[in-house]
Parts: sequence; C-alpha cells; structure tokens
Amino acid sequence: MIQFLLHGFRSVFHGSRAYWLWVSALLILVLVGLNAYARQLAHGLFTTGMGDEVSWGLYIANFVFLVGMAAAAVMVVIPAYIFKDREMHKVVIFSELFAVAAMIMCMAFITVDLGRPDRLWHLVPVIGHFNWPGSMLTWDVIVLNGYLFLNLYVCIYFLYTAFHGHVPRQGLYLPVIFVSIAWAFSIHTVTAFLFQGLGGRPFWNSGLIAPRFLASAFAAGPAFMILVFTILKRLQAIAFESTVIDKVRVIVTVSLLINIFLAGSELFADLYANSAEAIHISLLFGLHGESLLAPWIWAALGMNVLAALILLSPVRRQPLALMASCSMIIIGVWIEKGLGFVVPAFIPSTLGDFVQYVPSANEVLICIGIWAFGLLLYTLFLKGAIPIVNRTEIHPD
Amino acid sequence: MEKDTKPSGALSRREFITGMTITLAAAGAGVAALSPLSGAEETPSLDAFLQQHYKRLTVAEKKAIFARLEAEIRSTYGVKAAIADPPPMDGVEFAYALNIGRCIGCRKCVYACMQENNQSRDPQIQYIRVLKMKKEGRGIDLQSAVHDYPQNEAADPDYYYMPVQCQQCKNPPCVKVCPVHATWQEPDGIVVIDYNWCIGCRYCEAACPYHARRFNFTRPHIAPEEINPHMAYLSNRPRYMGVMEKCTFCLQRTRVGRYPACAEVCPTGARKFGNLNDPQSEIRKIIENERVYVLKEDLGTVPKFYYVLAK
Repeated sequence: MIQFLLHGFRSVFHGSRAYWLWVSALLILVLVGLNAYARQLAHGLFTTGMGDEVSWGLYIANFVFLVGMAAAAVMVVIPAYIFKDREMHKVVIFSELFAVAAMIMCMAFITVDLGRPDRLWHLVPVIGHFNWPGSMLTWDVIVLNGYLFLNLYVCIYFLYTAFHGHVPRQGLYLPVIFVSIAWAFSIHTVTAFLFQGLGGRPFWNSGLIAPRFLASAFAAGPAFMILVFTILKRLQAIAFESTVIDKVRVIVTVSLLINIFLAGSELFADLYANSAEAIHISLLFGLHGESLLAPWIWAALGMNVLAALILLSPVRRQPLALMASCSMIIIGVWIEKGLGFVVPAFIPSTLGDFVQYVPSANEVLICIGIWAFGLLLYTLFLKGAIPIVNRTEIHPD
Repeated sequence: MEKDTKPSGALSRREFITGMTITLAAAGAGVAALSPLSGAEETPSLDAFLQQHYKRLTVAEKKAIFARLEAEIRSTYGVKAAIADPPPMDGVEFAYALNIGRCIGCRKCVYACMQENNQSRDPQIQYIRVLKMKKEGRGIDLQSAVHDYPQNEAADPDYYYMPVQCQQCKNPPCVKVCPVHATWQEPDGIVVIDYNWCIGCRYCEAACPYHARRFNFTRPHIAPEEINPHMAYLSNRPRYMGVMEKCTFCLQRTRVGRYPACAEVCPTGARKFGNLNDPQSEIRKIIENERVYVLKEDLGTVPKFYYVLAK
C-alpha cells in the first residue's frame, strides 16, 4: 500500500511544463475561492446574492448539475460491464474517477450553502438528529456519500491490483459495480425528489423532474467524458479505438433528444392549462415583463437544439464539431439546471413577489474555487492512474 | 499530462523541489486566504458548539444553557434578560382569524411583532407581510399584489389588505423537510425552531408555501434599548447568524394567557386569536359563523390561520 501511495505521489510531482502550469492555475483559483469562502464564513450568506425570496442560488444549482455529472459515469460503466465492451474497459476507470471528483464537489457546494457549517455534525446519523426517512435531504446525504464510497472503492481496488500486477478478483468488484450502477440512478432521482416533493413550489412539483434530471445528466455527463477521452488521446496519454467515442456519442444524442422532448412536454402542459406554474415559465422565457433569466435560458435552449442538430447530421464524425456540440451540451445543461430550474421556482415568490437574483462576486468566486478544486483533484487522479492503467495494457489480464 | 514513459522512475531532484515548493507555497497561501476569518461576526463557543438538540436536554442542562444565553445577552447588549421556557398548555390548540374586511394595512402588527420578538433591525426582518390588492382588479390574487407600498397608501378603500404570516399548518411542509429536526410542531400546534440546532440549509424556506420563514443572512443587529428582555428559548431570544426564524404566535406571551403582539396592537380589531379546542372561544365562533377561507387550501397544509371577509 505504501508503494502504491508513493507511486501516486511520484506521478503527480512528475510532469511537463504544461501540466505544472495547469495545476498551478487551478491551485490559484482554489485559493481565491477559499479566500472568498473565509469572507462568507466571517460575514454570513449576506455576502451572496441570495435573500429570503430567492433563498437558493448558484451553490444549489451547481450541486444539482454535478450530481448529474457524477451519475453519468454509469453511462460508461454500463457498456463496459453489462454489454462487456472491451474498449470501454480501457476508459471506464476515468469516468469513475470523475464521479469521485464530482461527488466531492457536490458536497463542497452543499457545505458552502449552509448558514452554519460548524453544525454539520447535526447531520451525522446517531450523533446528530437525522430526520430520516422524513426529509429528502437526509436521503441525499446517504446516497451521495454511498456513491462516493462505491466509486472510491472500485477505483482504488482496480488501481491497487493493477499496480501490483494482480488480476482483479471478480467477487471483490463485480457486485460493487452492479450496486453502483443502481446507485447512480438513485443519486439523481433523490436529488430530483428533493425539489419535486415540495407542493408549495408548483414549478418543481412535477413528476417529470426526476426523468428530466436523468436525461439531461446522461447527455451532459458523457459529453464531458467525450471531451476528456479525446483530450487525453490527443495528449497521447491513453490509447483506445474510436468506437468508444462513437458509442458514448450515441448515448449523448439519445439522452439529449429525450431531454428536449420531456422539457417540451412539460412546457406544453403548463402553458396550455395556464397553471400556477405557467407564470414561472413565462417569466423564465421573458414573456412576462422583465426577466434577467430569459437571455440565459434562450441561450441554453439554442445550444441544446444546435447540439442535437449537429449530432444528428453527418458532421458529427468531425472531431471538432463533436467537441463543439459536447461543450454546448455541457454549458446548455448547466444553465438549464441552475438558472432554468433552481432559481425560477423562487420568481415570483410563494406570495407573488417578483424579486430577481443576481449572484454576488464573492459567491461566483466560491463557485469557481470549488470547480477548480474538483478539476485539480481529477487532474491529480488522472496523473496517478494513467501510468498504472497503461502498464496493465502492456500485460493484459 | 504528457505520456509518462517512466511512471515509477525516481523523481529528479528538480521535480521534487518544484513540487515541494508549490505544495508549501500553496499551504502558506491557504493560511493567508483564510485571513478574513479573523474578522468573523460571530464565533460559537465550545459549549454552544457541543450543545444538544432541545428535546434531548435534561432540565438541569436546559437551566445551565439558559443561564449561559442570558450571560451572552448581557455581554452583547448590556441587557438583563430572562429566558423562560413556557410549556404548551394542556388541551389547547391555537388558531388565528384575520378579518380582511377590517384590515386597513397600517402595518402596526408588523412593527409590534418586530419589537416583541427581537427581530434584527439591520437588516430588517419582518414576520408579517401585508399584501395590497385592488378590489376591482383581480381581487384576492397573490401575483397582482403589491408588497412594499408606502405608508401613505394604507387605508385605501379601493384595496384589500391581506397580512400573511406563519399559518401554523397542521401539516407543516417545513417540519417534514428539515434534515436535522431543528424545527417541529409543539402540542399546541405552534411550529418552533431550535436556533442552536438549525444548520441553515434553508430547505424549510423553499418548502414553505406562505413565505413565512426568514433567514439570518448576517448577524442580526438590534439596539440594546430596543431589546425585549422577556424572552423564551423557542421564540423571541436573540438569533444567530446563519439560522432560520419565524412567527411562533408569540408563545412567550400566548402560553401564559396573553394575546400575540400583532393581535393586541391591531387598531381595527381585525385580528382574533384563541383556542381551537374551546367551543366557547371567539375563534371558534368566527369559524362557525363567518365565511372563512385559508390560503392555498389545495396544498393540504391545513393552515390554522383563517381569513374572514366580514365587516
């Protein structure tokens, strides 16, 4: 084990100038974020753009988005393990490592959203006072931590056995893989239930939220993995056949279309019936007076539709077009989850007050800091894992 | 992230030094980055940090905690306050009735509430929101309501004024969603918060359909001379930064036989308060004889705050 850790330590300290530049840049952003968080701790959430009307903002939005990104690792795990795709096996560990990094980012976003992070221990079962099964937030604590540990276990087990040149024992990982597949669905479903169970917020109170969360996550998550795989291949860090990208691309395309369909279906029901929710939607799209959200949501919609068109046309085989559409999907879904889902439920407020939300600079810095921290972790994970993975490629199984 | 040809090869001296320098610089910069913490508005004491949930405290522990809080109030505000813990009365379930036909929107209740319950004055936290709605417009419609009308627009006969505060629901969504049981419903129907247990996630604020909950986005500020020294642990004692608070039907008053501050101050008699379980009470008479409605009945929250449209 010491050998294994030492190797990881050596790997992350052993890199090109570009690597050091990337790592240092991320570190600086992490520190800037940490500084902003210290300011928030000192003066309270007053330093954010949130208020009693819009009481959840960028933090919860990023949290929801990242739960989806983490859950999406399963879309590379399923082809690898259930359909026994050998090429997928070469890259599956990289999506599992991303799930670990994404889960850690999720927990960081929840922590910075708390008014009293010093009382986090109240949320620990037995020691604290855990409102389970009543509160969906306690379910989320369980499934998020569970998913983190499942993925952490799989990653460490594989890398550790590979490092020592052993063959992984099926009994020690296959059951965990299958549990983690089911678990991946649960993290995003529970996160959706967190919102859709609230009767007082008609915008969230819809049975379509969980399916929409899954569909959008299974578009954005694998799209991110396409970017990572392609970049790593370009850097000649890893090798795999292009069928991997083709398969993940099909998953992205189908999920994206389902997501657009579900969103459209929901929009129709509420706008046609002119339900209580319709006011939130028409405001969101700028149909009801001034809305700060409207330009964003139109941009998100445009990006998602354009990405879908690219993915459906023959252009999709061009790596550059594919990368562009993957980026548009990631950004589009990020906007859709945050500015298009979390924030509009608060505008208007439950008493009909129209208060807009603009995140503060400090709040944005904290978000950037957490993202940089997650990407830094993922970079270091990859740096440690890639040499081990490549070594086993030379002596397969 | 170039291809690693010698993954397990020894680190060169230069790489090691670069790596260690960056790590050390990062650690040093990390400490520097945390420097704003030295100007923190509030730092919890060890006793406060370790304090258990209200319902898990013994009588002796409560006594010690109340004494500690009283000492804190004395050192912060220079006020000698008494923290009581009046229990719910047997067989009592409180309810409220508000006559919209009489309310003139003067907002005396809003400010009486603030004085009684020691809400922060800067930033100002109010439990009662008065909505102003044109009688001949869309009538009682929340989305066309005006929330922040100037004081000289009160008592306009063309408008309804509808004050909204915690509805003390029989089925409170806020209680259900709290991940740590920091908020709960007492036997007399009042939903309370343990300000020393709340983690500040604001899930209850998202769940409440009546905008009844308020969050302390920063440290509450009250001038010492404005402090109401008659306090209860579960209601009007000073709050902390980063916790929720809400209307408690003034339990520090109502549990000892007084009216809530908002009902007492109302100049038009629009506000009535009483025991739902007493058939002779004024509140029961109103519910039985007048046309009453509750807000957002379809949500199944079963509010115990009845609105009346009478003269």
